[in-house]
Parts: sequence; C-alpha cells; structure tokens
Amino acid sequence: MRLDERGKQCPLPVIEAKKALEQAEPGSVVEVVVDNEIAVQNLKKLADHKGLASASEKVSDREFLVKITAAGKAAKKETTEAAAEGISCQADSREKGMVVVLASDQMGQGDEVLGKLLMKGFVYALTQQDKLPETVLLFNGGARLSCKDSDSLNDLKELEAQGTEILTCGTCLNHYGLSEQLAVGSVTNMYEIVGRMTQARKLVRP
Amino acid sequence: MEPEKIVFCKGGGCTAKLGPGALSRVLEKLPKTYDPNLLIGYDSSDDAAVYRLTDDLAIVQTLDFFPPMVEDPYTFGQIAAANALSDIYAMGGDVKTALNIVCFPEAMDLNILGQILQGGSEKVREAGGVLAGGHSIADQDVKYGLSVTGTIHPDRVFANNGCQEGDVLLLTKPLGVGIVCTASRVGEASESAMNLAVKSMTTLNKYASEIVRKYRTHGCTDVTGFGFLVHLCEMLGGRFSAKIDSASVPYIPECPEYVEEFYLTAAGQRNRNHVQDQVQFVNCSFAMEEILYDAQTSGGLLVSMAAEDGEKALEELKALGLPCAIVGKVVKKGEKAVTVWGRG
Repeated sequence: MRLDERGKQCPLPVIEAKKALEQAEPGSVVEVVVDNEIAVQNLKKLADHKGLASASEKVSDREFLVKITAAGKAAKKETTEAAAEGISCQADSREKGMVVVLASDQMGQGDEVLGKLLMKGFVYALTQQDKLPETVLLFNGGARLSCKDSDSLNDLKELEAQGTEILTCGTCLNHYGLSEQLAVGSVTNMYEIVGRMTQARKLVRP
Repeated sequence: MEPEKIVFCKGGGCTAKLGPGALSRVLEKLPKTYDPNLLIGYDSSDDAAVYRLTDDLAIVQTLDFFPPMVEDPYTFGQIAAANALSDIYAMGGDVKTALNIVCFPEAMDLNILGQILQGGSEKVREAGGVLAGGHSIADQDVKYGLSVTGTIHPDRVFANNGCQEGDVLLLTKPLGVGIVCTASRVGEASESAMNLAVKSMTTLNKYASEIVRKYRTHGCTDVTGFGFLVHLCEMLGGRFSAKIDSASVPYIPECPEYVEEFYLTAAGQRNRNHVQDQVQFVNCSFAMEEILYDAQTSGGLLVSMAAEDGEKALEELKALGLPCAIVGKVVKKGEKAVTVWGRG
C-alpha cells in the first residue's frame, strides 16, 4: 500500500499511516510519501513505538519515502494496551489474548437441535463472564451465528459493545450465501484468523 | 470553479513557530549593537527585551502573533493576547500598552475579525493595560497577536537564566495544550480536555507572576512557543542541570491517550530534535516524553525559586485554580542538562 501525504501537515501523515497499518495484512509494507524530514521522524517514531520495522529514503528535497512493515491488528492492540497500562488504570473487562473460536453453529457432536441449543447457551454464558474474550472468530458453520436471524446475535452484539472484536470468515459467508446477512462485527480472512489464533494466549473452543 | 474555502483553524498557535534550531542559526549571524541600557536582548533566548530608561525604570517589550489553534474566533483572540502579554509577566514586569497585529483574508467575514479583536482587547484590559492601536494587512490566513510594552524596575528583572543550584522548579500551568489542540483538529479531543486547555491558554500569567515576585525567584520564563524541556534547557543555560520528577508534572489528563493515537505535531518533533542530546529519560513513558516536548501555546511560567519558598508559593499558585506543581530541582551541572525520572 502506498500513501501520498505530501502537502499534508503533521499529524495527518502519521494518523493516516497508523490507520493504514492497522488495516494492512501482517507482514505487508505500507509506503508513505511525505515532503519533509520532520514527518519522516514522526513516522519512524510511530514505527518504533509500535515495535514495527521501518526504513526511509530521501528521494529529493521535497520527497521522502518511509516504509513500515505492518504487524496486523493483534500485535498493534497488545502494544497499545501495554503502553496504556503504564499510564492509566482503565476498567476493561476483556482478557488480553483470549480468543474464542466458533467453528460451528452447534456445540459438541450428537443431536442437532441439542447442539444448537447448547451453542446459544454458550454464547450467552460468555457474555456473563467476568473476563470477556478479546476476539471471537467465527468460521465454517460458526459464520451463521453472526448473521441475521441468529439466536446468538444479541449476545454477540453485547460482546462487541464491551469491546470484543467479532470477526467472521468471508469465504465461509460466501459459501453459505450469507455475504449480505452479516449483522455484527466485521469480515475477516485466513491471514487474520491464523494471526489471531497463533498470537492468542488462550484459545477457547466450545 | 468553487472558490477555495477559507479555513479558520489550520492548526496554529505556537506549533506554527519556526524550529528553535533554525532560528538560532539565523539570529547568530546578525550584527549586534552594544548599548549598556539594553539589559536583555535576544542573545540570551529571553522572553522579552528590557531597556533601562532611568535608574529605577526600564521598559519591557515583546511581540507575539500566530494562526488560530481553536475554532472559535473570540477564544482565539483571548489566547493570542494572553500569550503575547505573558512575556511581560515572565520578566516580572507590568503591562502598560498593547498594539494589535492582524493578518486577515479579504474574503473572510469581518465579524470574525471583530470577535478576535474583542477577545484580545478584553485580555489587555484584564492585564491592566491599554490598547493603543495596531496594524493590519490582508493575508491568505488569519494571524493575530499583540505588541506589548510594560514597565519594570531594572534591578527586579527575572532573567531567563538566573537559576541557582538547589532551587526548586515550579510550573504554573498544565502541559499538553498542543497535543489536545491537535486531537481537536482531527475531531478527537474530549470536551473536558479542550475546556481545560482553553481555560489554561486564556488565563493570564499576571496572577502567577505577581505571586512569584513575592518570593526569592531567581529565574523565570514562560513555557510558551517551544516545549517544556526546550525552555528548561534554555533556563539552565549550560551552567546547571535539572532533575525532573515526571510523576509530579501537571498535564491535561487525556494527553497520554492522544499520544497513543499519535496526535503529535511537527513542532513537538522539532523540539525533540533540538534538545534530545541534552536530555535523559529514566523509566519514563513515551507519552510523558511527548508531553514534555509538546509545544505550548500561552503556557505557564517555569520558575526557579529558593527551595525554602517553594511550598509556600505553590500553595498560593494552587489557589489560582489551574494544575500546577513543583516539578523538579536545579542541581550541579552534570553530563546531561536534564534528567527526567519516571515512577519505575
């Protein structure tokens, strides 16, 4: 990804680069073009503070190129929260690094009606815990839970309102013809799913 | 074609200043004229010039103007005036006359200018001064400020760099107004943060100045234009060092949050570039570093005062209603000019 931030005053180049980095695939490079050295320094400060690799080069007197390697959303969150801990004590009921994986719309194997009932109960019980997950990943049959007419929709919305990230597999929504039906959270891809799962401190699967 | 929209606030205040490094390179090339009555000129990075007229009377002169850093013209007028008047108070002087300095686009609504000038004139009156005229030119962007003349006894001038070993350092206003105004520009500042920033920027340093005059004040400057650390380094003048306790530094509470979002200015980074070789941080958060480098507009006084007087003066300053504190002390010159200690 390439952002042309020439002609924009600080903090805009940095804020826009920060947003782009949060959206970018882990490992991908965000290139930012700016027209002054101070903006380069502010971008490198952003990269250093977030623990991201960066490099810069002077193309001409009025053109500098800064390349920052994205770490993806999970890593970003962790550094932000770790840094925030040092300065303020915020009431946050989420448990850092807890990821809940819903791979089916049923809980356990056996009777389908019972399985769906159990899953509904599971998601509801999740909202009642002292510690809420940082992320809920929904894929395959689980994708149905975050769509319109799902019995768990309100509970997932409740989690989202508390700050939990709700991510549903886009391929799965397509496969089941549910692309237009997603009613909570956002669509994700396999990179993010793998990223969240490998970086999780605690993975919960009903 | 649509005429280009005139934007009132593009992010101004003291964040629009030229960097301290760039400025001193130009200034040192100017020829200097010696006059024994010029007690303080620009060679000591001081806040205002002091010129002795008689043995017991000197005039203090300063001027300051900048583009808007808030959306409301009346508030901007108040801030720009409080900021310009502040240099007189940093020297320990009293305001007598002020002249308006105005840059204003021809195409802009003149009522806006009216509100700016109203805000400014009210602050001059509050300062006990009289508005005596001004000068205005058509320009692409709005800029406003004052040229101010005050009086002072030549023996009672607060030099910028008069601090002594063992002094305590008092700061009379919270830091972080640059960060908050930047957050506000991108629509992310909370109402309470902005309210405190505006209250702080529109408060005259008159009251703090009058309090510290009663005590053994050795050095005084206003933390305006550059960041706290730049002003502190200037104050130490290479003769002393300072230890700052970051936990006691007053700042607008939302700032750490805004720093994490990188609502940071070019001015803050220029300040960092200018003095980072002279500053050492120990166990200090990134947010606190940025707050200490944040360029302040109409900031408070930084006062170097005899340690025994510090607590009493602080009691009085607190009654003025703004966050203020003893933030550190002046020590023997060490390897670094300033060491900032965190809570770790």
